[in-house]
Amino acid sequence: MTDAAPAKKKRKFELDPKLAGYKGVWVFVEHERGQVHPVSWELMGEGRKLADMLGVELAGVVLGEPGEQTRRFCNEAMCHGADLCYLMADDILKDYRNEPFTKGMTDLVNAYQPEILLLGATTQGRDLAGSVATTLQTGLTADCTALTIDPDNRSLAATRPTFGGSLLCTIVTLNYRPQMATVRPRVMAMAERDASRSGRVIEHPLGMVESSIITKVLEYIPDAMQDKPQLAFADIIVSGGRGMKKPENFQLIWDLAQVLGAEVGASRPVVQAGWVDLERQVGQSGKTVRPKLYIAAGISGAIQHRVGMDASDCIIAINNDPNAPIFGFATYGIVGNAMTILPALTEAFRQKLAAVKKAG
Amino acid sequence: MHIVVCIKQVPDSAQIRVHPVTNTIMRQGVPAIINPYDLFALEEALCLKDKHGGTVTVITMGPPQAEAALRKALSFGADDAILITDRAFAGADTLATSFALASAIRQIQKNMPVDMVFTGKQTIDGDTAQVGPGVAKRLDMQLLTYVSKIVAVKPEASEIVVERRAEGGVQLLKTSLPCLVTVLEGNNQMRFANMPNMFRAARHPLKLWNREEAGIADDDIVKIGLKGSPTVVSKVFAPTPKSERAEMIEVESGDPKDMAVTVLSKMFTRFPAVEKEIAKRAR
Repeated sequence: MTDAAPAKKKRKFELDPKLAGYKGVWVFVEHERGQVHPVSWELMGEGRKLADMLGVELAGVVLGEPGEQTRRFCNEAMCHGADLCYLMADDILKDYRNEPFTKGMTDLVNAYQPEILLLGATTQGRDLAGSVATTLQTGLTADCTALTIDPDNRSLAATRPTFGGSLLCTIVTLNYRPQMATVRPRVMAMAERDASRSGRVIEHPLGMVESSIITKVLEYIPDAMQDKPQLAFADIIVSGGRGMKKPENFQLIWDLAQVLGAEVGASRPVVQAGWVDLERQVGQSGKTVRPKLYIAAGISGAIQHRVGMDASDCIIAINNDPNAPIFGFATYGIVGNAMTILPALTEAFRQKLAAVKKAG
Repeated sequence: MHIVVCIKQVPDSAQIRVHPVTNTIMRQGVPAIINPYDLFALEEALCLKDKHGGTVTVITMGPPQAEAALRKALSFGADDAILITDRAFAGADTLATSFALASAIRQIQKNMPVDMVFTGKQTIDGDTAQVGPGVAKRLDMQLLTYVSKIVAVKPEASEIVVERRAEGGVQLLKTSLPCLVTVLEGNNQMRFANMPNMFRAARHPLKLWNREEAGIADDDIVKIGLKGSPTVVSKVFAPTPKSERAEMIEVESGDPKDMAVTVLSKMFTRFPAVEKEIAKRAR
């Protein structure tokens, strides 16, 4: 089975009049432990563009506990581009749980009828999106890499890598509303914050009692930050792929990363072979990154990997195959043996750092 | 305890090759495997069976060839296997797929109550992670996604405690059975198939269910396959190369040292922000 149906013959599309009342673009404002996930502001920037193309309003959706915090999140949503916010505040919504959040979001959609609903493709966003789409019986496109409005029919055109990852496909949800999509962190650029912006807040009750909710949160164990790689937000990343040939050779990647104070990334085959941790996988089924500098050694550049890193400002690619696809989109290409070029780069960067230090 | 494990047969992505000229996937001869993420779900189910006893039923929706994936699952120790296969399912997106799977699980429940449904966190070909939540909603089961650890199952109390991966940490969740669990990778390793199970897997009478046998009435044909799929692919295309190819670094000496120095000086000229970023690290 495919993850989406194949194209039918092109014909004039007319929206079911029953669905014409669905208006506006919504962004789910995801938060955990008092922090809004940055992906929400990235989506807000993208949502702003879509809303402007359609000539409709952009709304943030905040679900959480009553109090100053959720109010502040609404305010932040306006600063990041929203015209208004829907707020559902209830003690039941203190921690993310599937059941009350699904009910809350579903009720809001049914009450205020947005045409587009965007969520981050995070553990929370994907858990919620799949549940809400099924409850509402509408279409959901996962892990999109680009969103736009199809001028022919005003519907959301969501692009994502398809089967095996070597092609892209654009998916539309025609006669269903809302049109839902998830986007992974760091795929879209973050919206500029404008503190002067403001907007209205519409409150809506959840209408549930705690005793009716079966799943309980017993505890929340925060990650120890220091031992988890923070790939998604790294400014410099050194990545290795199958072309590194042996797990021992991966040390050359670590050496360069250490000199640069960079994070280490990897392509899927290397992670699958167990050379590096899963947390370090860059690409469609790993992390999406947008560092200032991305150094790729022994990575061919299949679309799977490319969608995870081609928003990097500068890409240096090292590969022994002059026809490797990575040279089609890298900034600088070096054809040669990564095992000799990596140490040379490490040394060159080390000298650069020494020179900067000396200059003070 | 009865656990249903949903699996999917996928092409082995490690062996997919892209045609160098047309940039399309060459599907011929690519071996099919069980979606690697589903193996973590199956192993977790088998571990619970080892501990608490019970039955593990594997199901998959797919073409007749998907039988191979089910036989493989049987060889690892699953007790029963059902292949949901019908032309009417073709072209299903995630919403239509969850309808068909949920319907089949309801059929299974008629013979033996189901305590838990396990799935992998996502497939490697679709990567959507949507079918699990969809099935849970349709069966009105509690949904536990991205479960990194099953802490305790108390069948007599109909209770389960799990660790669920959240963005900045782990949630310890308690819920009631029946529930659907999407299992995170990396916390177990699929056991080896033993001889008796391999023989059993080869002989096991596999159940093949068509649409009606999966419990989908004629009226519900609009909810499966292409017709039941709200999402439609409007176009498929190869990624456009960036406006320019990489600037290739070539030096007369062919010496890696010279290449390294050349690429750095070019980069620092064109990307002052990178130079600044690196200078920061000297302090």
